[in-house]
Amino acid sequence: MKAAPYLLSLPALMLFAGVVVIPLAMTVILTFHDWGQYKGIEPVFILKNWREVFGDPYYGEMFGRTFRIALIVTLLAALFGAPEAYILNRMKSPWRGIFLLVILGPLLISVVARTLGWALLFGGNSGLVNKTLMSLGLISSPIPFMFTETGMVVALVHVLMPYMVLSVWAALQRLDPQIENAAVALGAGPLTVLRRIVLPQAMPGILSGAVIVFALAASAFATPAIIGGRRLKVASTLVYDEFLNTLNWPLGAVVAVLLLAALALIVIGANRLVERRYAQVFG
Amino acid sequence: MSKNGPVALVYHALFVIFMLAPIVVVCWVAFTPEGFLSFPTSHWSLRWFKTLAFYPEFVSAFWRSLWLGALSSALAVAVSVPAALAIARYRFRGREAFTALFMSPLMIPNIVLGIAFLRFFTEIGLSGTFTGLVLSHIVIVLPFALRLTLASAVGLDRAIEHAAVSLGASEWTVLKRVTLPLIVPGLASGWALAFINSFDEVTMTVFVAAPGTETLPVRMFLYIQDNIDPLVTSVSACVIAVAVVGLIALDRAYGLERLLVGRGSQGERP
Repeated sequence: MKAAPYLLSLPALMLFAGVVVIPLAMTVILTFHDWGQYKGIEPVFILKNWREVFGDPYYGEMFGRTFRIALIVTLLAALFGAPEAYILNRMKSPWRGIFLLVILGPLLISVVARTLGWALLFGGNSGLVNKTLMSLGLISSPIPFMFTETGMVVALVHVLMPYMVLSVWAALQRLDPQIENAAVALGAGPLTVLRRIVLPQAMPGILSGAVIVFALAASAFATPAIIGGRRLKVASTLVYDEFLNTLNWPLGAVVAVLLLAALALIVIGANRLVERRYAQVFG
Repeated sequence: MSKNGPVALVYHALFVIFMLAPIVVVCWVAFTPEGFLSFPTSHWSLRWFKTLAFYPEFVSAFWRSLWLGALSSALAVAVSVPAALAIARYRFRGREAFTALFMSPLMIPNIVLGIAFLRFFTEIGLSGTFTGLVLSHIVIVLPFALRLTLASAVGLDRAIEHAAVSLGASEWTVLKRVTLPLIVPGLASGWALAFINSFDEVTMTVFVAAPGTETLPVRMFLYIQDNIDPLVTSVSACVIAVAVVGLIALDRAYGLERLLVGRGSQGERP
């Protein structure tokens, strides 16, 4: 009977050992191999690629851009997504389901199609977004969106917003509306209720949503590739270039392994922080 | 429950416009009668949808994506069922580690999985093959299949199985006639969620696919890299139409929020 759980897990275990663990180990080993334009990949053990990535400020700047974009996207998603989740939660029955579908539905549509939509909306200086903003008098000259960080941020906020709304909405589901009513009965104004009752209870949802959005934004590929074009690089588009255009696989592998390590540290660290901060709430 | 004020409703309207704008624009441009990107105002045309017939690479990529999604999701569910039963029913050494391993494709960026698969498949000669695509897609959709399978395995009432055993059913009969039928709704929704994720995946697949084995999102991505024209908007409009139909069907059958949030958190509580 003791062997049963291991036998049951065996198919999945074998699959993951063969198709996940071994390839990832091979990728780490690949980072130490040499590469040359004419000789290709040479299976030796050198630190050349690591030295190059840490020595050349180009890579520092690229990682800086990647994490800066991810941070701004996360903040904007929290800032705009959390209130929307609260509004959704207060809606009445048919509307709540319909709008939840409208906001979560884009998750089921290919990222490529959604980003294409933004590329069409941005479309140079005469794009629909700029025309609308200018006719509303919000801006006086067109904002360049295509091939800029601004454009990447807007498109990524749109692509990742459903995760934030979903996460906050799930946290608000546990909120007992009677607590809000009690606060009102005790003389709290609407702002006080939001700040002292709703926000603290939504916070675990906002934070866990933020971790998901940050991780996905920092490793996003299709959106930065389409909006950023070939010049404005983030970590994942650089990896793509090294692997499929330059063919310097060992260098690309270093960037990918660094991205994975940095994200793992940030996500695990953030999760720890959230758990410690909210140990009382959950315990 | 208190109602939303006018400010909240205006905010909500702007938010919904933001979420829908790029999707609506893609569908709108797809109906242009012009040879270039433009918003049709007075004239609508199916010109670009008809043109699609002359681009067999899009059509074959669509069918390939469909098969790939169906097959890899089915295999992921098949692998998930025994693993979910093990995790749900036994306390054994390595249980947490196994769960973390099976969920790890959610934590590892798809770009990293992509290059790892490319390196691995190149070494063993599977690079650019459909087999390679299926193997890699099983791995990336397995967490979704496992999560919903696990939720239904945990939520299963063991008393029913005990009743079957006490009535003389063998272990195999219990599994076939009692356990599996009871978790079928979980398996079906796990398959559906896995299928959607496989059908939309581009970041990892772009490394594994080769000309001739490209999936639809990969074909669209590579096309957009070169130029954006009404043709690719009409392909996108078709993709969006498929997603909307799937969305409504899933919501009717299972409830979208339940599918996306998962029931795991409620079921796992002792």
